[in-house]
Amino acid sequence: MSYAIRCQNLVKTYPGRPPVEAVRGLDLEIRTGECFGLLGPNGAGKTTTMEILEGILDLTSGEVEVLGRRWDHDAAEIRRRIGISLQETRLADKLTVREVVRMFRSFYPNGLDPDEAVRRVSMEEKARSYVSKLSGGQRQRLAVACAIVADPELLFLDEPTTGLDPQSRRQLWDIIKGFRDAGRTVMLTTHYMDEAERLCDRVAVVDHGRVIALGTPDELIARLGGQNVIDFTLTQAPNPPPAEEFKGLPSVTSARVESGAYGLTVAEPHVALPALLRHVQSINRELAALTTRHATLEDVFVNLTGRHLRDDAEDAPAK
Amino acid sequence: MSANRYTPLVQLTLARFREFYREPAAVFWVYGFPLIMAVALGIAFRERPVEQITVDIREDTGSPAAVATLKEKLAADERFTVRTVTGDEWVKLLRSGKSDLIIAPLPEGGYELWDEPNRSQTVLARYAVESILYRPAAASAPKLTEKHLEETGNRYIDFLLPGLLGMNLMGGGLFGVGFVLADMRVRKLLKRFLATPMRRSDFMISIMLSRMVFTIPEVLILLIFGWAVFGVKNQGSLLELTFLIVLGAASFSGLGLLVASRAKTIETVSGLMNLVMLPMWLLSGVFFSSERFPDWMQPFIKALPLTALNDALRAVMLEGRSLAEIGYELGVLIAWGVLSFAIALKIFRWR
Repeated sequence: MSYAIRCQNLVKTYPGRPPVEAVRGLDLEIRTGECFGLLGPNGAGKTTTMEILEGILDLTSGEVEVLGRRWDHDAAEIRRRIGISLQETRLADKLTVREVVRMFRSFYPNGLDPDEAVRRVSMEEKARSYVSKLSGGQRQRLAVACAIVADPELLFLDEPTTGLDPQSRRQLWDIIKGFRDAGRTVMLTTHYMDEAERLCDRVAVVDHGRVIALGTPDELIARLGGQNVIDFTLTQAPNPPPAEEFKGLPSVTSARVESGAYGLTVAEPHVALPALLRHVQSINRELAALTTRHATLEDVFVNLTGRHLRDDAEDAPAK
Repeated sequence: MSANRYTPLVQLTLARFREFYREPAAVFWVYGFPLIMAVALGIAFRERPVEQITVDIREDTGSPAAVATLKEKLAADERFTVRTVTGDEWVKLLRSGKSDLIIAPLPEGGYELWDEPNRSQTVLARYAVESILYRPAAASAPKLTEKHLEETGNRYIDFLLPGLLGMNLMGGGLFGVGFVLADMRVRKLLKRFLATPMRRSDFMISIMLSRMVFTIPEVLILLIFGWAVFGVKNQGSLLELTFLIVLGAASFSGLGLLVASRAKTIETVSGLMNLVMLPMWLLSGVFFSSERFPDWMQPFIKALPLTALNDALRAVMLEGRSLAEIGYELGVLIAWGVLSFAIALKIFRWR
C-alpha cells in the first residue's frame, strides 16, 4: 500500500495566553488514489492540519510525510506535485478567469494547458469574465482550476463547498470525483455530512485536535450498532424522561435527547418501534412527532461527542 | 506552446498591469494627484504683475507746480499709481489701507511722508518713493544699477520641481507597493502564492517592475507641465535623468516592499508609510534646501534616500551634471533599494 500522506503524532500549538492547542497528537494515513475527508466542527483543527500538510504552517511537533517527501527537505518538490484550494482565497477581482489560471500555471514547470483546466471545471463560458463578476460557486470552481492546472498528484481542498447552493455543490462534487477517478489523491475538509458520505472513500472525524473515529462512511455508521435512527418528541409536560430510560428498549443501541428531541439509534426498527410505543404509553406520555431514517455521519459524530458537527456555538481558535 | 509563455515574472507583472489599468479609480488617483499638484503649482507661481504702490499727493499743501513735478516724477516709474487728495481725506485713506503713502509737498520745498508703520506695504512704498526722490540729489553717491533675477534655472520653481518629482517618486513607490501588498495579504492571495512553487523573488520583482512602469506617466506629467508652463528645463542629459528617475522609483518601491512586508492591514500599512515619509518630507529638501538644518543633522539627512534623489535630480536638471559626479547620491539610492529588497525578502509575511 502506498501512502500519499502520512502524519504521526502531529501537534500544533499557537503561542498566546493561554496557548491554543489546535492539533493535539493527530495520526493520519491517506492512501494513494483515495478521496479522504477530514470531518469535524469549526475549531476542531481541520484547517490547521490541512495547512501543515500543505506546507503553509510549521508544525510544533510530529512527523509529516507528503508524497513520500518531507517539508523540511523537499519543499520545492512537494509544492510542484500538489494542488491547493484554501478556505476563502479572494483572487484578484480585475483579472479574467483565464488570466488567473494562466498566472498560476506559470508557477509550475509542468501542468495542464490553462484552457484545459478551465474546461475541466466547466467554466469555458466564463473564461473571459472578471473574477469580480463570478458567483460563489464559480469562484470555488476557479480556485479548483488553479489547483488542478499544476496537474497535481495530490489535491487539497479546504471546505470546497461551504456556503454554496446545492447545484454548485453538486458541480464541484463531479469535478472532485473526476479527479479521483483519474487515479489521483484528494484530501478535503468539510462539515457537510452528506458531502463526506458521497465523495469520500474514507473519513476521519476530528474533534479538539484529535482523530476520534476513522473508516469508510459505512463502517463508521455501522459502528453505531444500528443503521437506523428514530427521532421523536413527546407532548409538553413537566419532568421529561431522561434519554437513558429508552436505552433499555429492545434493539436500541444508544439514546440521546437534546432540547426535548429524542434520538434512538436502533438496529431493527420493526422491533424497537412497538416497544417504544408501549413504553411511552406506560409512562403516561404522548408522542408529538415520530420519524425514522437511516443513520448518517452526523449521528456518528453526535454519538461520539454529544455535540453536533455544525454547532454554531462552537468557538473557533484564532487562525 | 512556447516555454516562455508561462514565465512567472512576466505573468505576475502582467497581472499587476491588468489589475491597475482595469481600476479606473486607481488610475485617476495615481495620475490625478500629480496633475492636481501641477495645477496648484501653476496657481502659486503664475506670472504675478509687478507689485503696485498707491501714493496720494496732498494738493493743498504745496504749490501746484511742485505737485505737478512730483506727480510726473513718480508716474515715470510704472510701479506707482499716483493720485491727488485734498483736505483731511488723506488720513482716512492711509488708515483704511486704500493708500500706501501720503506725500505732502511743503511750501518751503521738501516733502512730508506719511506712512503707517504697522503695514509693511506702506514702509515699502516709503523706501520706493525715497529712492526716487533722492536719486538726482546725491550725484556724488556711489552709482547703483538695479538688476532683476529672472533667468531660468535660478528661480524657486526650478528648485521646487525636482523636489516634487522626488516626492512623487517616493509617494508612488511606498503607497503603490504598500497598498497592493496589504490588500493581497488581506485577501489571503499571498498565502495562496506561498503554497505554489512560485519563486518569492519573482513575485517581489514583479511588484517593483510594475511600479516603475506606472511611474513613467506620473513623472512625465510633472516634467512636461513644468516645462510647458514654467519653462523648467533639464540642463543635463535626458538619458541620465531617465536613469535617475527609474533608479529612484526602484529604490522607493524596494523600500515600499520592506515597509509593507509585515503589516496585516491597510491601516497599518498607511500608518507605517506616513511614519517613513514624514521625516523625509520635512528634511529631504523638497520645498526648501536641506542645508538649512544644523550641521550635526547633515550626515543623517544626507543618508536619507529622498535627500539623495532630490540632490541628484537637482544636480542633473539644474546644474547639468553627469551621473559620474553624483556617485554618492546614486550609491545611497542603490543601497536603500538593494538592502530594503533583501530584508523584505527575508522577513516577508505571506500569511
